[in-house]
Amino acid sequence: MEVLFRNVRELVERATQENKLISEIMIEQEIMITDRSREEIMAQMDRNLTVMEEAVEKGLRGVHSTSGLTGGDAVLLQNYLKKGNTLTGELMLDAVSKAVATNEVNAAMGTICATPTAGSAGVVPGTLFAVKNKLNPTREQMIRYLFTSGAFGFVVANNASISGAAGGCQAEVGSASGMAAAAIVEMAGGSPAQCAEAFAITLKNMLGLVCDPVAGLVEVPCVKRNAMGASNSLVAADMALAGVTSRIPCDEVIDAMYKIGQTMPASLRETGQGGLAATPTGKWLEAKIFGGAVVGSGN
Amino acid sequence: MKFKSVFDIIGPVMIGPSSSHTAGAARIGRVARDLFGIQPTWAKIHLYGSFAETYKGHGTDIAIIGGLLDYDTFDERIKTAFADAEQAGLTYEFIPETAHTEHPNTARIVIGDENREMSMVGISIGGGKTEITELNGFPLRLSGDMAAILVVHEDRSGCIASVSNCLAKYDINIGHMEVSRREKGNMALMVIEVDQNVNAQILKEIGDLPNITQVTRIAD
Repeated sequence: MEVLFRNVRELVERATQENKLISEIMIEQEIMITDRSREEIMAQMDRNLTVMEEAVEKGLRGVHSTSGLTGGDAVLLQNYLKKGNTLTGELMLDAVSKAVATNEVNAAMGTICATPTAGSAGVVPGTLFAVKNKLNPTREQMIRYLFTSGAFGFVVANNASISGAAGGCQAEVGSASGMAAAAIVEMAGGSPAQCAEAFAITLKNMLGLVCDPVAGLVEVPCVKRNAMGASNSLVAADMALAGVTSRIPCDEVIDAMYKIGQTMPASLRETGQGGLAATPTGKWLEAKIFGGAVVGSGN
Repeated sequence: MKFKSVFDIIGPVMIGPSSSHTAGAARIGRVARDLFGIQPTWAKIHLYGSFAETYKGHGTDIAIIGGLLDYDTFDERIKTAFADAEQAGLTYEFIPETAHTEHPNTARIVIGDENREMSMVGISIGGGKTEITELNGFPLRLSGDMAAILVVHEDRSGCIASVSNCLAKYDINIGHMEVSRREKGNMALMVIEVDQNVNAQILKEIGDLPNITQVTRIAD
């Protein structure tokens, strides 16, 4: 298959040489690979954006999963935010609450757009709908945010992994956070090279992140990890926009992430058998939800 | 490259909570139904690896049943698939297996009605992408790097030529092709990996050719 870019270096080089946005390269590649029109492709991403918007709104109204493990935290965060006395600042916490909102909807079997997966679906829309209030993007710029995210996700998916079962949560929330960071930079007017720096800085800080869902459910700790991923993205985007660079090039970070995932034990790759899932409380919750012997207390 | 489209990354639109375990599972179920051709009346679903460990919480079970009922990944009826199956006259059984498979998210779906049965193995490779690795005991050796279609046909002369002619007509290049059959003159399979995506209209045209039983996209 012929593609315009196979790694981040090629992606940034092409965008820089042709004086185009990362999102534009992704759109052009999509046109080339699928043989569909630009209008059709933009319209499909527009629909995905609408799904994300609706999920955030639904989550902010308050949802709860059937297991009872998650729900309602997005509302708590928004209420706290309205008091106007947050430590990390309004935009940061807004992004966090909207990331949580999306993942709470996901956990409650609501409709979401996998970005790049369902378990990590909160980070990209969470940051997008928060920076929207600050940067006032057009609808097209919001759609481009998703293409820029997608360009970096495309490289990770093909050169490493976006699956928690294959590579741990670093491959899911880690990738999502890097994707969001790169997209924020583009929307804020940064260069393609700065997008890549933001991606690298973000993913570096997510390396080694295990996938250890309690009771095997995409709830604990997934929802809060999306919150942390969103805040990580914003910090890395600011760093890249300030001119900070990653000493380790983006593609090498992605490669390191993949190799770490391969050497991670299976118990820490979405089997629900290690990490937080294997704690006494994790086991207790599992027994409570699915039956079986309940040992100890849940506290 | 396993992931070709940006919508493999930003998408699919789906019912939560897991792209591999829910959306991927729904797609595997739906391909099984497609290959069977009509609504089956019974299903035995063997789950392996992570599917076996975590299927209940991820809704993998209801998603596969939803797929067998022809629901897409974003169809809200996935949530009521068990009740819908009862209404549609589909009985089902889930069998978690301990055997190790090549991929952590693997399902073997055996479906049928009073006349015939079919077995299929599907894997969920992440982000909602899936591949079919076996049909009725025939291993399907897909690279996963290319789009692929599966053509079930009767073992008659000219069948393979007519399918490849149709693809040529639409400028679709065949990258890899395998033909297999149980015994002479019986059911046979063509697995065709192609460089370009094969759209619904071309699939229909192939399906309408003489001696072709079923045409399905099994990787895209």
